[in-house]
Amino acid sequence: MNAIVKVENVGMAFETKKGSFVALKDVNLQISTGEVVSLIGHSGCGKSTLLNLIAGLTLPTSGLMLCNGREIAGPGPERAVVFQNHSLLPWLNCFENVYLAVERVFSAKEGKEALRARTHAALEMVHMDHAAQKLPHEISGGMKQRIGIARAFAMEPKILLMDEPFGALDALTRAALQDELIGVMAKTGATVVMVTHDVDEAVLLSDRVVMMTNGPAATIGEILEVKLAKPRDRLQLAHDPHFAECRAAILEFLYQKQMKKAA
Amino acid sequence: MTTATLSTALDQGLEHVEPAAVTADAVKSGTTSVRPPEATPAPRGPSLAERLGGFMRRVIPPFLGLALVLGVWALVAMKSADFPGPAKTFDAAVVLFSDPFYSNGPNDQGIGWNILASLKRVAVGFGVAALVGIPLGFIIGRFAFMNAMLEPIISLLRPVSPLAWLPIGLMVFKAADPASTWTIFICSIWPMILNTAQGVQRVPQDYLNVARVLNLSEFRIITRILFPSVLPYMLTGIRLSIGTAWLVIVAAEMLTGGVGIGFWVWDEWNNLKVEHILIAIFVIGIVGLLLEYLLLLIARRFSYGAN
Repeated sequence: MNAIVKVENVGMAFETKKGSFVALKDVNLQISTGEVVSLIGHSGCGKSTLLNLIAGLTLPTSGLMLCNGREIAGPGPERAVVFQNHSLLPWLNCFENVYLAVERVFSAKEGKEALRARTHAALEMVHMDHAAQKLPHEISGGMKQRIGIARAFAMEPKILLMDEPFGALDALTRAALQDELIGVMAKTGATVVMVTHDVDEAVLLSDRVVMMTNGPAATIGEILEVKLAKPRDRLQLAHDPHFAECRAAILEFLYQKQMKKAA
Repeated sequence: MTTATLSTALDQGLEHVEPAAVTADAVKSGTTSVRPPEATPAPRGPSLAERLGGFMRRVIPPFLGLALVLGVWALVAMKSADFPGPAKTFDAAVVLFSDPFYSNGPNDQGIGWNILASLKRVAVGFGVAALVGIPLGFIIGRFAFMNAMLEPIISLLRPVSPLAWLPIGLMVFKAADPASTWTIFICSIWPMILNTAQGVQRVPQDYLNVARVLNLSEFRIITRILFPSVLPYMLTGIRLSIGTAWLVIVAAEMLTGGVGIGFWVWDEWNNLKVEHILIAIFVIGIVGLLLEYLLLLIARRFSYGAN
């Protein structure tokens, strides 16, 4: 598998009133096509910063970022983002929110009917076609995030970036959406980079878990390969010894090697 | 809220039209007592007594307030020779509103014409102010340079009473009518500029990030993101503007004359018809209230839940 995203010696510093703050330093990472990678670490470790760099929403202060062999100079529809707070436009209904993205990516090649069909297919994929005409404030938080996921997948991105996509949801809704995401990823074979602070979520969804050290000047501490067959089932995994091993490895990293000093 | 009431209304409607469907559902869900189709459905809303109580609670306080004002007014009128009481004012209003649209030359027209003339001035002055102020607000909100450039000017001019601009208007236009429209323009432009600019500055970063990730065109960004998210701020500006414009028009017309509710008040003062002045005060208040309410309705249409 060839690498679709390459991150080489990337550093990121923010200018603050107290001088320069180094958030990331010497980050090296390659993401292959079809791979699902989680970024995990304590809050403030720069995992969201790294995701924003891949998205192109911010540009690195040093190092090189490549997507598909080209330097990442800004955001683009080949790198779709699912935001933590869903970021649906409140004045557009669910259909229009997804259509806005579909229209931008495919309107050059396809007619209106095809664009509408794509939008409906994306909504159907997350089982939200029934709410197509509803405004975002009329549906629940979990449903909004489903629409956010549909919007991202509808663009058929080369890589999908998710910033704590289920962080704002309750545990039951989160589990339902994780299962939904497993189904969608299996169907599309999407390449995904996901920021999370949930150890179970990281193991359940990813092929590799990238564990980050504490900031400032955070970098990648360890990378764990999750060798579980896909698609995965959370009930079976509960008794799987490899699942438990992975979980233990991440917990050990987070709570022994990178224990936060009196946060 | 409306959809909820609508759907219950629909449910009730369905029960009457298709009682068979209801009983079938009851059987399916395992309930043994099958309700006969002609049985009346149990009352769902609050009882009649409760509804009456709620109605009274809502109606009595404003009614009492109104009665208090009328009472004080009647008492004052009894003590004073010049001041007409509620009854006399009401009689005058009946006469006045029986023929609101008569016209005996420019200085003697029905109250309907006077109100319309004032509303027309407000509409024109306010409309031009919106055409200038809203785009200006967008520019100030979008470009820090323009903000820094225009902010001191706006801060200086905004507190000036609009009537101070009236002589300038008279000088430039050499006529009373455009001068009062100009005064309306000046007083209604500030809230629109400032609120629009604030709205543009407060477009949530999330939405702008969506625009960047989707790589939307400039046109789509304006129509799908910038404009809708600024709209509520803009409408607040418009509401404030209309309110001020309606305050100012009365004063401006008193000074310039012609046809209009403000001039009419002054005219009736010269005729010593105090009851007509009282009627004018009511009319001005009611029209202002209606304008405010209309804009609130529009604003509610464009508020999209609590995000």
